[in-house]
Amino acid sequence: MKITVNGNGLEVQEDIKHIKGLIDFLGLEDKPLIVEHNQQILQKEAHEKAVLESGDKVEIVHFVGGG
Amino acid sequence: MLKVGNYSFKSRLFLGTGKYPDFDIQKQAVDKSETEVLTFSVRRMNIYDPSLPNFLEKIDGNQYTFLPNTAGAKDAKEAVRIAKLAAASGRCDMVKVEIIGCDKTLLPDPVETLKATEELVAEGFIVLPYTSDDVVLAKKLEEAGAHAVMPGASPIGSGQGIINPLNLSFIIEQSSVPVIIDAGIGSPADAAYAMELGADGVLLNTAVSGAGDPVKMAEAMKYAVQAGRLGYEAGRIPKKNYAVASSPEEGISVGN
Repeated sequence: MKITVNGNGLEVQEDIKHIKGLIDFLGLEDKPLIVEHNQQILQKEAHEKAVLESGDKVEIVHFVGGG
Repeated sequence: MLKVGNYSFKSRLFLGTGKYPDFDIQKQAVDKSETEVLTFSVRRMNIYDPSLPNFLEKIDGNQYTFLPNTAGAKDAKEAVRIAKLAAASGRCDMVKVEIIGCDKTLLPDPVETLKATEELVAEGFIVLPYTSDDVVLAKKLEEAGAHAVMPGASPIGSGQGIINPLNLSFIIEQSSVPVIIDAGIGSPADAAYAMELGADGVLLNTAVSGAGDPVKMAEAMKYAVQAGRLGYEAGRIPKKNYAVASSPEEGISVGN
């Protein structure tokens, strides 16, 4: 299925069923990150429950240096 | 002790984490500054190169209180979203409202800053808005529930120091929440001056990260903030137009 991650189109396998699966697929499972799924900000424990569907928009953000 | 919301800090120096030459220098600078509050930004992750290092991996986050900024937001709505994203990390409930209204001067948008402050206070955040040195706006931010106000000394990253000490003094005098001088500090003298004016704290970034030796400058800023605060508490002498001898005039045995 095709989803949008951080503004870019991404083709992912149908067996990736939820946000946690997507994070694992991208190799980001150990990274401190925050996910927004279709404009809904997810708490970490919600990653396993947030079902991924074709056309979804996902934002993956993290903390960077700033003043 | 500096009290902001339900937090108490021994150090009155808040340090930004942007633009250090590398993560090791940043870590050493943070250590030397003895700061307890670190600011940072929220940005999209590079999902195609997750091996890129992140400063959080180098710094023991448990030692510090995190103060995410909303930099990048152009209006209150975006600022609230960034604050909520940061809070979803479970690492912070404080936020520095930073809504830039002018790309050239990076001065804050007063209307959107006030709006975002109101909304974030209602959402339960500890809110520290970055504002200009506008005295009335600082009052309105406090009335909106801001837990501290953070007027700029001069434009962000300019290193021009304190260009309107009078306005900052007015803000300090009228505020019943802490006043933290944020942005524009260039040297330890500027930081000490801010504290001598009666500020409750100083937030700086580029003055340290852009210094020739950021680690040494971090230490210098620690002392400057401490010295300025002590000087403020001690109470400086008034300025006079003419000299007043510091040695006694009586009992001079030379000259006649």
